Amino acid sequence: MSKILVIAEHLDGKLNGATARAVSAAVATKPESIDVIVLSDAPDAVAAEAAKIDGVSKVLTVARAENAHTLAAILAPQIAKAAVGYSHVFAPSTTFGKDLAPRVAALLGVSQVSDVMSVEGAHSFKRPIYAGNAIVTVEVDAASTVVATIRTASWPAAASNGSAPVEALTVDATLPSHTRFVNLQQGKSDRPDLQGASKVVSGGRGVGSKENFEIIYKFADKIGAGVGASRAAVDAGYCPNEMQVGQTGKIIAPELYMAIGISGAIQHLTGIKDAGTIVAINKDGEAPIFEIADIGLVGDLFKILPELEAAIG
Amino acid sequence: MKILVGYKRVVDYNVRIQVKPDGTGVVTDGVKLSANPFDDIALEEALRLREKGVAEEVIVVGIGPADLTAHLRNGLAMGANRAIHVQTADAVSPLTAARTFLKLIEKEQPGLVILGKQAIDDDANQTGQMLAALWDRPQATFASKVEIADGKATVTREVDAGLETIEADLPAVITTDLRLNEPRFIKLPDIMKAKAKPIDVIELGSLGIDAADHIKTTHYAAPAKRTKGVMVKDAAELVAALKQKGLL
Ligand SMILES: Cc1cc2nc3c(=O)[nH]c(=O)nc-3n(C[C@H](O)[C@H](O)[C@H](O)COP(=O)(O)OP(=O)(O)OC[C@H]3O[C@@H](n4cnc5c(N)ncnc54)[C@H](O)[C@@H]3O)c2cc1C
Ligand SMILES: Nc1ncnc2c1ncn2[C@@H]1O[C@H](COP(=O)(O)O)[C@@H](O)[C@H]1O
Repeated sequence: MSKILVIAEHLDGKLNGATARAVSAAVATKPESIDVIVLSDAPDAVAAEAAKIDGVSKVLTVARAENAHTLAAILAPQIAKAAVGYSHVFAPSTTFGKDLAPRVAALLGVSQVSDVMSVEGAHSFKRPIYAGNAIVTVEVDAASTVVATIRTASWPAAASNGSAPVEALTVDATLPSHTRFVNLQQGKSDRPDLQGASKVVSGGRGVGSKENFEIIYKFADKIGAGVGASRAAVDAGYCPNEMQVGQTGKIIAPELYMAIGISGAIQHLTGIKDAGTIVAINKDGEAPIFEIADIGLVGDLFKILPELEAAIG
Repeated sequence: MKILVGYKRVVDYNVRIQVKPDGTGVVTDGVKLSANPFDDIALEEALRLREKGVAEEVIVVGIGPADLTAHLRNGLAMGANRAIHVQTADAVSPLTAARTFLKLIEKEQPGLVILGKQAIDDDANQTGQMLAALWDRPQATFASKVEIADGKATVTREVDAGLETIEADLPAVITTDLRLNEPRFIKLPDIMKAKAKPIDVIELGSLGIDAADHIKTTHYAAPAKRTKGVMVKDAAELVAALKQKGLL
């Protein structure tokens, strides 16, 4: 039977919602147990949140001053030690998990299954390649540890009705000093988090400038949506990088996605394939985004957005 | 200082990949191949560091089949000093690629290794992190800004929360994100010059690494297709449609 270790992602003392999504993938693997590991300088609050996730057997905390920041070079040796006895190690496929999990895998001497979309069996998974233009089934040799990152947009967050025990763990790993955290510039926003939001409004190059992007924020606030952007909009400096949606940005699955002044390049579509309803507003009726949009509206965004606000009331 | 650059050849990012009807792979015959976009950025960054006097030599590395030569010549034409071609007919996993890079590192002793954050064919996003682990050196993944001074790299990384800056002692592994730089175009005279630059060819089998792959791809499928929906004529119709779906 499988025993799964899920690596918790957290920031500023709060558990990231991607962790509960990784737990859902763990549940789908039908294991004997699912343990969540929290590495932090002060893990208690995060551990308490993790303990509530349905399906979790126990939460392990590794409290060390060095774990104050999520440096893969520091965390990986501890996780590799803690992973002994587990058949699977899962991490969310966020920048945190993508940075860390391969380092753990290499220490365990195995390759990794990146971006698990579905679990076909304890050692069989589906994942996207070529920006999601092909889906492959992979089989991991039953004798080796499965290290995988979980494509968060493919999995709902497991509910929080549980009460798993929390155990402190001491891992005997010497940690390097060659990598040091300097700072994190976080975009401060009161809007719903892009990766968890049920509605997302995204602007593209068609929005035209940083100042014009206000019209996107304003509309998003009107409907209580998170705000995203195409790579072209980020590159042009209209908005910060953490807003980018797509192959090299965030992969999201909101119930409603509105693409405004976005042409619909495959790299962008990769990020929104799992959205419930996709709405496209574009002045070019031939834009590829209309090929996949559930509802399309051809026209000038600067005219349409105010009209939409008025129509919503 | 030497810089080793990963320079993988992949299906061009503009190609819309088709899955073979029998599910055994994707169609690659006659499809345009190019440098992995992230690797062009890796090479550009290495060349800039050389132009700044931080590095003396830039070496592009390709692991792949015998016909990789023309691809490596492009890297040389862009400005790399020389190329290493690790030859193998088999597809290599990220772990094998990392083990291969480690062997080259032992020989070349670079101060910096710059790889792409991901290869856009397998979309694995693993090799740089694995290499850093096996080498027991720092990793600075998803880099959007790199500064090298006093034996260390200060790297700004694109993370979900925003921009993280870390400091890494050299030697280190950096993986590139798209906004790190804009790669230069190859100029015709440089293509001529590149012909005289050396390409070392090494058989993967001669490196003595474990290249066993314990993950097997058993089936390829086309993704679920989203179909074209309806067009509405104005804002009022759009709001009505969204209200009907319970989305507003
Ligand atoms: C390796 C790689 C990875 C990439 N990753 C990503 C990624 O993660 N995310 C991503 O988004 N892109 C990514 N890209 C870039 C992608 O290929 C496209 O270049 C990008 O998505 C285009 O952004 P856009 O649609 O905003 O701009 P454009 O393609 O320029 O489209 C702008 C659209 O706005 C419309 N428009 C203009 N003015 C108006 C107006 N007044 N009203 C209404 N409509 C208007 C135009 O008709 C046009 O369709 C990647 C590319 C590569 C090579
Ligand atoms: N076969 C290869 N040849 C050269 N570089 C490679 C190869 N495989 C991986 N790399 C490097 O590793 C990066 C990440 O690849 P991956 O982990 O497969 O997504 C690429 O952008 C390259 O820089």
